[in-house]
Amino acid sequence: MVFLGLYAFAGFRYDGFFSLRVFIGFLGDNATLGIVAIGMTLVILSGGIDLSVGSVAGCSSIAAAILIERSHIHPLIAMLVLILAGALLGFAHGYLISRFVLPPFLVTLAGLFLCRGLALLLSTESIPINHSFLDSVKQIRIPFGGGVYFPFQAILLVLMLIAAGFILKVTRFGRTVYAIGGSEHSANLMGLNVNRTRNLIYAFSGTCGALSGLIFALTTASGNALNGGGLELDAIAAVVIGGTLLSGGYGSIWGTLLGLLIFATIQTALMFDGSLSSWWSRIATGGLLLVFIVLQRVIQPSRSGS
Amino acid sequence: MLKRLGPALYPLVGLIVVLLLNAAWLPGFFVISVRDGHLSGSLIDILLRAAPVILVALGMTLVIATGGVDLSVGAIIAISGAIAAGVLAHPSGTLFASFSGNSSMVLVLGLPLIAASMAGAFNGFLVSFGIQPIVATLALMVAGRGAAQLLTNGQIVTFSDPTISAIGNGFWLGLPIPILIAFACAFFVFLLVRRSALGLFISATGASEQSSFLAGVPRNSIKIFVYSACGLLAGVAGLIICSDIKGADSHNAGLYLELDAILATCLGGTAMTGGRFNLAGTLIGAILMQTLTTTILTRGVSLEATLITKAILVVGVCLFQSASFRALFARRGVD
Repeated sequence: MVFLGLYAFAGFRYDGFFSLRVFIGFLGDNATLGIVAIGMTLVILSGGIDLSVGSVAGCSSIAAAILIERSHIHPLIAMLVLILAGALLGFAHGYLISRFVLPPFLVTLAGLFLCRGLALLLSTESIPINHSFLDSVKQIRIPFGGGVYFPFQAILLVLMLIAAGFILKVTRFGRTVYAIGGSEHSANLMGLNVNRTRNLIYAFSGTCGALSGLIFALTTASGNALNGGGLELDAIAAVVIGGTLLSGGYGSIWGTLLGLLIFATIQTALMFDGSLSSWWSRIATGGLLLVFIVLQRVIQPSRSGS
Repeated sequence: MLKRLGPALYPLVGLIVVLLLNAAWLPGFFVISVRDGHLSGSLIDILLRAAPVILVALGMTLVIATGGVDLSVGAIIAISGAIAAGVLAHPSGTLFASFSGNSSMVLVLGLPLIAASMAGAFNGFLVSFGIQPIVATLALMVAGRGAAQLLTNGQIVTFSDPTISAIGNGFWLGLPIPILIAFACAFFVFLLVRRSALGLFISATGASEQSSFLAGVPRNSIKIFVYSACGLLAGVAGLIICSDIKGADSHNAGLYLELDAILATCLGGTAMTGGRFNLAGTLIGAILMQTLTTTILTRGVSLEATLITKAILVVGVCLFQSASFRALFARRGVD
């Protein structure tokens, strides 16, 4: 509802806002954020939080640049290695959290420091990537008619959305995620494998972080250690705006998609306006976040009461 | 004596080890000389650099003791600096353009601090309303930095007022003023929570909100108080940072400082779950972190390595606090 309202408002205010090109731009420009937000949705649904994804993205983008440019490894192999590395790091987070009952906040904070530090150690400068394979990957896009194309990162985002939505809705793993978020204790008593599921959730989030770093590397044709700074907070904001409860157990991937679109609308509207400065998007996001958490708080008691 | 230190013991030992290592590597590390009429040396430098983290970590300790967390301190630092610089320099094109002439010191120092405490009180209000602390303060963290940039119009506002820049660069009784401010605040907070029932109330709220409420602890006022105090201390830190560089950099001032403050608090033996807290430990934790940073810098290792060291520290401290990790070792010991 808020998305439709905002979108309509922006559409009437600025010419050309309703065009398909702009809408696809939403998905394309925010693919990195979107993919991270998908992983974050799972983590938050299980009642946790993952602060490390932004720096995982930065680390994987710079590592991709170094592997491809300096070590001359084929991009496909480099990407697979990095995605695996992201998954492993996420798994390590999950293991520490479930095995030693540590707060997710602190464990993933350590992950944030570790990845940002590693990325900066690898290189403090931006490294350009030139490889024919990557150029051909960038050419993958679905024509939509009228000169509008669906770029590859938007395709990836949509695929990830569908996959994550399917996993959450249909598979045992997905139901367990909700169960852990609802009540970890009862999930345990029901005989669900809480620890294994949690390890996988964080591994998935780490994978999403690495993937979004690779998209950074692809779209900008370079790796930069500072990529993805603050991405984790934007992702959390998108998830919360999408109606997922931070206490876990309630929410959906589609909510996150809506949150993402709201986020994108604010940013694009600011870009269209031109007279408003970039800090207004921060203020608007923060304000919207505030409205949503207060709304959640007001709605919550009535739901548990019924 | 050792027993009284309690959980502060580990970071204290860590601090001593790091200091001794430094002394071994660098002869003259402990030497404090008198230069230009005031004290100087590595130790003084460490304390000077640690002052903002100490201030923020003190507030953070109180917040964490109630079972919460405050992510917005970095943004509050930016706001406080932006207001101070704005009132002082009233750059054109900003909200402060209507200020004219020389602004009084009361206004320059008072407005930022009032704004910072109000921002903190707002956090406290949201938290006492039943919103999770991480989310409630996240909103201000995102919006606050934007507001600070709005106040300075996205520029770095510089000023050249000798009185204000003395806060970050001056000396009194031979000691840099930031150190004095940090320790005065630490002393004041310590008195406040240890010589009144406030500390007990804070611990009680963090240990069990329900039972302390039933026992008559005013949990909502306590929460609003600790978040306001945290905001105020962050505001003071913002003034120090702003006066140190003689300008307000809304984009970078206090960036990631909330994470450092949380880390210092945890290092000092305050558990993230709330309840017991240890101000002395926090003080030591903050100094330990700065000592590590300085060590890494003086050893010629790149600054980036500090982040990795911090990561290892966080995990290490968490593991030590974890009951099941200790159990693992205890079992091995028995076998």
